[in-house]
Amino acid sequence: MKNAILFSAIAAASLGLAASFAVAQSADTVTSLRGAQPDQDIGLAPVYHQEEGRQDRNYRQQPPIIPHTIDKYQIDVKANECLACHDWKNAAERGAPTLSMTHYVSRDGVQTDDVAPRRWFCNQCHVPQVNAPELVQNTFQGSDN
Amino acid sequence: MSNSNPSARPGLIRRMWRFFWSPTGAVSLGVLLIVGFVAGILFWGGFHTALEMTNSEKFCTTCHEMRDNVYAEYQGSVHQNNSSGVRATCPDCHVPKDWGPKMIRKIKASKELYGHFITKSIWTREKFEENRLHLASNEWERMKRTDSKECRNCHSFEFMDFTMQENRAASNHQKALDEGKTCIDCHQGIAHELPAGYLDTYRDVVKKLEAEGAIPPQTPNNGKDVAAYLEKTN
Repeated sequence: MKNAILFSAIAAASLGLAASFAVAQSADTVTSLRGAQPDQDIGLAPVYHQEEGRQDRNYRQQPPIIPHTIDKYQIDVKANECLACHDWKNAAERGAPTLSMTHYVSRDGVQTDDVAPRRWFCNQCHVPQVNAPELVQNTFQGSDN
Repeated sequence: MSNSNPSARPGLIRRMWRFFWSPTGAVSLGVLLIVGFVAGILFWGGFHTALEMTNSEKFCTTCHEMRDNVYAEYQGSVHQNNSSGVRATCPDCHVPKDWGPKMIRKIKASKELYGHFITKSIWTREKFEENRLHLASNEWERMKRTDSKECRNCHSFEFMDFTMQENRAASNHQKALDEGKTCIDCHQGIAHELPAGYLDTYRDVVKKLEAEGAIPPQTPNNGKDVAAYLEKTN
């Protein structure tokens, strides 16, 4: 009789322990790095594709936006593939717009044949044009309107 | 008779030579043919298997020079990762498919073994970067000489739908077709990083090949041939 009581007490305790584990698992105490429960389908980030055609600037000094994709072009300390078409030496042959001549002036005002080092990283100012929602909500208006 | 004189017995090599070319005494023609045939199959099969074994991405990346530099850069490029999952691995671009040129390339590759084991010419990242322009221009030269044969194993102007390409790509491909340009003329560095001064060096390679007469001089015809052809047919 005594043994039976002890046995049922152990059984009840272990059952209770198992139940509390199950509760802990189902509650929101465990958060995954992706910010959702592992069985929850959060889908992929949407891909915004290139907008065709050249677009007007929104203000006079805006760096023109790029009407083509650039993700396969190397722009680093060694090479700049944009210049293969847009450098003044190649633009006519490749039928591409030439860089503005301001890009061939060094910070000391010296004119050079090669693009100025401070203008080397094109995508510091120029970005491909894409019809994507703004990353930060804003009330920007172009200077023309 | 000098032949019966043991002191004038021919040397080992000469005796082997004579034995090799003398008719067999005890073996039948059938055995000779069958054994020769089977041995031939085994030899050629083995040769082919070994050759294909060295013609794989897995083999190329057993050397750290390839694995840590060019193979690492190739990750994420369009020939490694794309929407359809079709891949071009190292030998697809760097080893010709035709038997003759393939053998020549394989023999030339012994220089790469020499570089790996003896001179260690691109052993470190710094050494590799130092030689990158030279190594790349070797490949540009090979591509330019063969009219970008390895690209054209898969890509061909004949089956390109220009209307499905980005406008910029379509007009440039049409221009390339009219002017007889080849893939590598524009598409350098599609799978590996470009070194400084790559475009000037590429143009030097083209000039060198033109001077050699290996390729016809580049004369933009501005579509004159096409216009003449259209006039003739209309």
